[in-house]
Amino acid sequence: MKRTIVATVNNSSGVMNRITGLFARRQFNIESITVGMTENPDISRMTFVVNVDNERGLDQVIKQLNKQVDVLKVRDITDDSIIERELALVKVVAAPQHRGEISALAEPFRASVVDVGRESITLQVTGDQQKVEALIDLLKPYGIKELARTGITAFKRGPVKSDFETPRYSILN
Amino acid sequence: MGPETKEMQDRELKDESQEMTGASMLIQALARENVEVVFGYPGGANLTTYDEIYRTGMHHVLARHEQGAVHAAEGYARVSGNPGVCIVTSGPGATNVVTGIADAMIDSLPLVVITGQVATNAIGTDAFQEADVIGVTMPITKHNFQAREVEDLPRMIKEAFHIASTGRPGPVLIDMPKDIAAASGIFNYDQPVELPGYQPTVVPNKLQIKKLADALTAAEKPVVLTGAGVLHAGGSDELYEYITKQQIPAASTLLGLGAFPGTHDLSLGMVGMHGTYTANMALHESDLLISIGARFDDRVTGALKHFAPNAKVAHIDIDPAEIGKNIETEIPVVGDAKEALRMLNEYNGTPGDFTKWKEQLAAWQEEYPLWYHEEKDYLKPQHLMEMIYEETKGEAVVTTDVGQHQMWAAQYYKFDRPDSWVTSGGLGTMGFGFPSAIGAQFAAPDRQVVAVLGDAGFQMTAQEMSILQELNLPVKIILVNNASLGMVRQWQELFYDERYSNSIFPIQPDFVKMAEAYNIKGWKIEDPKEMHQALRDALTYDGPVLMDCRVEKEENVYPMIAPGKGHHEMEGIKP
Repeated sequence: MKRTIVATVNNSSGVMNRITGLFARRQFNIESITVGMTENPDISRMTFVVNVDNERGLDQVIKQLNKQVDVLKVRDITDDSIIERELALVKVVAAPQHRGEISALAEPFRASVVDVGRESITLQVTGDQQKVEALIDLLKPYGIKELARTGITAFKRGPVKSDFETPRYSILN
Repeated sequence: MGPETKEMQDRELKDESQEMTGASMLIQALARENVEVVFGYPGGANLTTYDEIYRTGMHHVLARHEQGAVHAAEGYARVSGNPGVCIVTSGPGATNVVTGIADAMIDSLPLVVITGQVATNAIGTDAFQEADVIGVTMPITKHNFQAREVEDLPRMIKEAFHIASTGRPGPVLIDMPKDIAAASGIFNYDQPVELPGYQPTVVPNKLQIKKLADALTAAEKPVVLTGAGVLHAGGSDELYEYITKQQIPAASTLLGLGAFPGTHDLSLGMVGMHGTYTANMALHESDLLISIGARFDDRVTGALKHFAPNAKVAHIDIDPAEIGKNIETEIPVVGDAKEALRMLNEYNGTPGDFTKWKEQLAAWQEEYPLWYHEEKDYLKPQHLMEMIYEETKGEAVVTTDVGQHQMWAAQYYKFDRPDSWVTSGGLGTMGFGFPSAIGAQFAAPDRQVVAVLGDAGFQMTAQEMSILQELNLPVKIILVNNASLGMVRQWQELFYDERYSNSIFPIQPDFVKMAEAYNIKGWKIEDPKEMHQALRDALTYDGPVLMDCRVEKEENVYPMIAPGKGHHEMEGIKP
């Protein structure tokens, strides 16, 4: 099963190495890792998409990550209400007569053409994994020359409901 | 520490607000951490540190190979309970301690290892004696640091000692570039340790303790499995109270020996591949398995699919990642073993009645004790262990390597104290036993330290006899000499149709002469009738001794769980 895990880590040298080394030696199967600075420059945020066989495997991934001194917090956010985004750059074979067709195809995905060459165009698409993959599938028949994906980055949505939803009444109002 | 050194350090401590070099900071910090002795070896990249050791008179033990230094630090850590400190140079100096660091990692021993490194501007250029020690040791340390600024050093050293000795103990490495050792900065060691990513859970959840206590009340066939976690937590007294008050039979892992007295009626002995029949069957038949500070290593569990099939598993461990890693756990208790046991002892549950269960276990003990064939003409290694036990009155610190001699020592030496057994369990390191005995002797200067070694393992770190010679350290080396790699030979006999590939030594050194070359008293014993007296002489001899005990070469360790088998499928349970 695929799970999305986010971790906040110290933004110090070698942390990425610690994490990837841990995954490799414990035989954890990783689909993607993204990392970047947070609002606090001393702290980075990592998003992992892991493939685990069962609950116990998932439990181990989280516990082993937590054991790292440089890892501050780990959460499996798969079942939470989250925003997840991935960016993909797709270079598609596009003879001039196909360009319009490809652009039309890209439109419902809100993908944009970011580069046009003599025999190809490059599309940029952003969205969750399913959306990115759907577009890639649709573009395949034209011939994909190059594909670059960032991997998923994600966090929890902000609460929609107010904490004080029920109005408080007093004798004054 | 001599009085002179003490005075020097006191003087230095007063001046701590002043500017000093990185090397000086290191020595100051070690003094602040009450480090009595460091084990190490100098080289190009740590010359400044060694100059500081020279200047301050810090108590330093010079090994003859870095592996010897790091194993000595481990032996020291195991017996003293304090972090062992090891100082080596860059490149080969650092890579030579890798085995010891991995050994300490898997057996949870607190170490602080200081490696020299090439100067910061040379890092990454493949400079002379450069190795990526941070990269190399990342998977085998609890944490590691590289000092990039001299002012980082005090904080790093303080954090290193904190991380090494708290939670689940382990080795921490500080890589110290040459220019950082020489650079000057302000030494401030009073900053509190702030590690938001490292907050071990010490006090267990009360509800889990209650669940465990209630499960015990409901149980009919409970068994306690004690591991090294009890030793690291210093929880032997609490364990004793728990087991004797609740009257639960207790088995031990290899590394946990001594946590609960081996001679006590409730002790079932060691579990696992070469454990006792009763201990293994107790786990197999139990309906409640209470594991305290043990990590269900494969040598303990045998085939997982057959492991404790009827038992509800309760697992107390300070490392949450160990819970549920190998064995499904019904009652997880994350916390320090001592703390958990204290809470269990305070909990007033209805005590269970395990009389029938204990009768069953006693019947097994009666029917299937440890056994070996006594012989007149050959010295039996098991008999040798019994004699060592008898002659040391069970009070010695015993260290071993890995292999047959280790298993026999574990089977026949009944450890009653928690600080007497130093062995390489998880990593199974040959060459560990002798140098770790040296470290153990420093931790317990007034105790008898006996290094029980195989003839093969001894040859891996034999050069450390120099330390015995130099310091007249009264370590007693007992070689269980079967002129082979005994355990490898045993497996080749059992599982490779007696094809003894490279496991039998065609020639051997004259071990007595080897000892004598280091001015150490050497004895060779072939006749079993001489053994007792020779052992007595050796143990009372004032100074280091090497005893070359020629044991029967083809003796195998039994009973045994063959690979892939369960606890109920032991072989060699009867003569």
